[in-house]
Amino acid sequence: MARPPAEALDIIDRYGPHRSYPHGVRLDAGLDPDRLVKTHCCFCGQQCGIQLKVKDEQVVGFEPWMDAPFSAGRLCPKGVRRYLQGSHPDRLLTALRRDPSAPGGFAPMGYEEAVARVAAEIGRIQEAHGRDAFAVLTGASLTTEKAYLMGKFARVCLGTRNIDYNGRLCMVSAGAGNKKAFGVDRAANPWSDIPKAEVVWISGANVAECAPITTDYVWQAREHGAKIIVVDPRITPIARTCDLFLPVKPGRDVALFNGVLHLMIENDWIDHEFIRARTVGFEKVAEHVREWTPRRTAEATGIAESTIRRAAEMWGRAKSSFLLHARGIEHHSHGVQNVLGAINMVLASGRIGREGCGYATITGQANGQGGREHGQKCDQLPGGRDIADPAHRAAVAKVWDVDPDGLPGPGVDAYEIFREVERGHVKGLLSICFNPKVSLPDSDYVARMLDKLDFYVAIDFFLNDTARHADVVLPGSLHEEDEGTVTQIEGRIIKINKAVACPGEARQDWRIIQDIAAALGRPKGFTFREPREIFDELRRASAGGVCDYAGVTYEKIERQGGVFWPCPADDHPGTPRLFEEGSWNPVARGAGPYYFPDGKARFNVAAYSPPAEDVDADYPLMLTTGRVVSQFLSGTQTRRIGPLVDQYPEPRIELHPRLAAELGIADGDWATVETRRGACTLRAMVVTTIRPDVIFVPYHWAGPKSINRLTVSAQDPISKIPEYKVCAARLSRAPGPPDYAGRLEPQQ
Amino acid sequence: MVPDHLMFFIDPNRCIGCQSCVHACSECDTHKGMSMIHLEYVDRQRSVQTAPVVCMHCDSPTCAEVCPADAIKRTPDGVVQSARKPRCVACNNCVLACPFGVPKSNPGLELMMKCDMCYDRSSAGLKPMCATVCPSGALFFGTQEQVEMLRPRSEPINRFRFGRQEVATKVRMMVPRGRAPEFVDVVAAMEGRPDGAGDEPGRGDGFVPVDMLMASLYEDGGSR
Repeated sequence: MARPPAEALDIIDRYGPHRSYPHGVRLDAGLDPDRLVKTHCCFCGQQCGIQLKVKDEQVVGFEPWMDAPFSAGRLCPKGVRRYLQGSHPDRLLTALRRDPSAPGGFAPMGYEEAVARVAAEIGRIQEAHGRDAFAVLTGASLTTEKAYLMGKFARVCLGTRNIDYNGRLCMVSAGAGNKKAFGVDRAANPWSDIPKAEVVWISGANVAECAPITTDYVWQAREHGAKIIVVDPRITPIARTCDLFLPVKPGRDVALFNGVLHLMIENDWIDHEFIRARTVGFEKVAEHVREWTPRRTAEATGIAESTIRRAAEMWGRAKSSFLLHARGIEHHSHGVQNVLGAINMVLASGRIGREGCGYATITGQANGQGGREHGQKCDQLPGGRDIADPAHRAAVAKVWDVDPDGLPGPGVDAYEIFREVERGHVKGLLSICFNPKVSLPDSDYVARMLDKLDFYVAIDFFLNDTARHADVVLPGSLHEEDEGTVTQIEGRIIKINKAVACPGEARQDWRIIQDIAAALGRPKGFTFREPREIFDELRRASAGGVCDYAGVTYEKIERQGGVFWPCPADDHPGTPRLFEEGSWNPVARGAGPYYFPDGKARFNVAAYSPPAEDVDADYPLMLTTGRVVSQFLSGTQTRRIGPLVDQYPEPRIELHPRLAAELGIADGDWATVETRRGACTLRAMVVTTIRPDVIFVPYHWAGPKSINRLTVSAQDPISKIPEYKVCAARLSRAPGPPDYAGRLEPQQ
Repeated sequence: MVPDHLMFFIDPNRCIGCQSCVHACSECDTHKGMSMIHLEYVDRQRSVQTAPVVCMHCDSPTCAEVCPADAIKRTPDGVVQSARKPRCVACNNCVLACPFGVPKSNPGLELMMKCDMCYDRSSAGLKPMCATVCPSGALFFGTQEQVEMLRPRSEPINRFRFGRQEVATKVRMMVPRGRAPEFVDVVAAMEGRPDGAGDEPGRGDGFVPVDMLMASLYEDGGSR
């Protein structure tokens, strides 16, 4: 049904991605802006402060926000150029309906008519196939208000259990691991603890490219004498001058963590008193890591034994430390085990919950934290509550004024929703803030499942690659066209401010959702007049939960430069550092700082297993994927910003000169990567900064340049995160340029 | 005027090559739409090391000395300004003569343009754009006291030697404390290997890049 209605080139011609450059008033040096709006960047989880320059109701530039909490004026190239997404020629200004006879395959339609059509299709599908036959896919770049509303919309208005979000691709392994070990899922420490640490351990985090301003925190630690340890298959910019670099073989992180813990125990570099008083489960873990001798660890990880010993000693002897990790250890079919291994190392050291003693995952998306707390996950209700827990259901149902028994149960993860399409269980889909055709693994499968849907409605501000399969597209809002809160990388709730109104027929996303609810004849609970009203309900719905926002107000955020949750009461200042001695939480109720009834943290056995798809004679290389500094996620926005495209125009295959020589590939040659899912021809980039048995390709591009057509859809059994970071591949020199060369612009 | 107590410091050791400075530079009103900063990989095949280059604002600017039209002025605060449009004859003398390779000729405008430390900002109490946004602190604008407090492992140097020419600059370069030479011998540095070869293999110390030492870190020496 929902195949793209026109050839890709026709759709691109009409809807982009085209590149926007500064021109006109944006190049006017003498411009006197009408106002500067203090807000935050729309891209990553660091949420750097920025002031948007507004002239004649258009965002025309930016001015650094020097007093911004956390970032103090700093911005990466994406932040500097983010203003170019406004007034973009590709912007959707009306609703669209699929029409193969129209230029680009879509014809404009009236907004009300479009909403009515969406409601009618939802009604028809749910009537014929049951409520769960309509699914909702959402995203972690939405404000917390919108994320909360999406969860409520799915459960209350649609009554479907099938809602999940793109954080499934992002933070869920860390979240699951943190909940198992600490009972709560949030950065344990604010970033201000990083410069106070003696050792900073960075595993699987390309800090300089994916969280650029965190670099300064790490360098500041180094200025104070800290040792920096980096674990990565590539020498990333943060690794270039580190004190110790561990070039781990992709997918073997847990082996390294177990090996380090083995040496910590052997050399008695552990905090016995902390382990005794504040944790449970150490003995079992100690027993488990006994077999992880340096020799065995070296064999599994591909890191020299002497390097492993040196890392263990640096980490083991430290008096203070901060361990950071990101998708590099989390994007695995055993991502949760990797995270647990890292946490075991932290717990054994006893260095957590104090100044200069910290641990955190580096959350990826703008609202990666807030977006994973309040109910758009398939198994979750607001406040970080569990949808399967009767008490939790009752608490939220009361705020929503609905019957708890009427709330659906847990649904399935974002990828499984597509498998449910294949099984014929899911027939209709609404997506917002998610571009799964680019961002999910084995994405040709995803495209086929989109084609199988009876009805698909996408809400977006640009026609992203997934929305090309839609029956109806509703024009949503850009970040600067709405207000609300997000919770950034440290767990600090901050305020996004509106700079300009939506253009044309575009609407703020929460209004669109409420309009659909009204058209369905179920407006109850969806009559908010502004985001503040949604936030106030969210505060009540989260009260008493683990992610407690009850005492947070827009005014307090403004006054304090953000509020760290938990913040359970009006007179509570918030909690920058979790797990401090004597701290109170709603689970332990004073028994201890961790979120379990006994207040103690959990050691968990972290079991090693190789990647789901290991190398073999046919596919002898490990393919790993990731990001570049100038692009963000699936590129819906950043592939439309000209200066960012120019910085790194197209994906390239990074490979080591030794491998290149073996395969007869020179720098700049066209080369073809193949996996069991497909093939992709790109230019080669021959560098010594990568393991010779690994090739790397960034994933921000679509269509024939999309590496996620090749990645494996194996998932972690607990978190359901896909294994983006390793699959088996082979590489060869291409006989000539691929078909797309010369037909597509770099960003297309 | 840029106040005397505020200075520009470059710390290439911190640079992550993100190009924030390049983008932000073109947002400054004195050269809107054009970036005046150079940021290049030193040798991408062998390293991710990048080097940001802003105008060093020499005490005796070579660019001004070789200008036949007297178009390049150094203001009393030590900032060497971009060429004055009415005077510049676009002869490219400055482009060729600058030891740091900073000025660029703009053929469309028939004008030499270069970094002026975002004079509209820095003379009005703001930081230059590049040093404002730099995520890693590789470009820093502040006082000597601030830099001493924030960068205890480094010290600023502002004397450079190119063959027989010695240049003193307003902009400071951060070098490892205690290892600072009297001047940076640029030609010698260009001929040397910037890879820390000869240091203990497998180990940077915060100044020695690990890039070229990678093979020694593998369990099997890096062979497949």
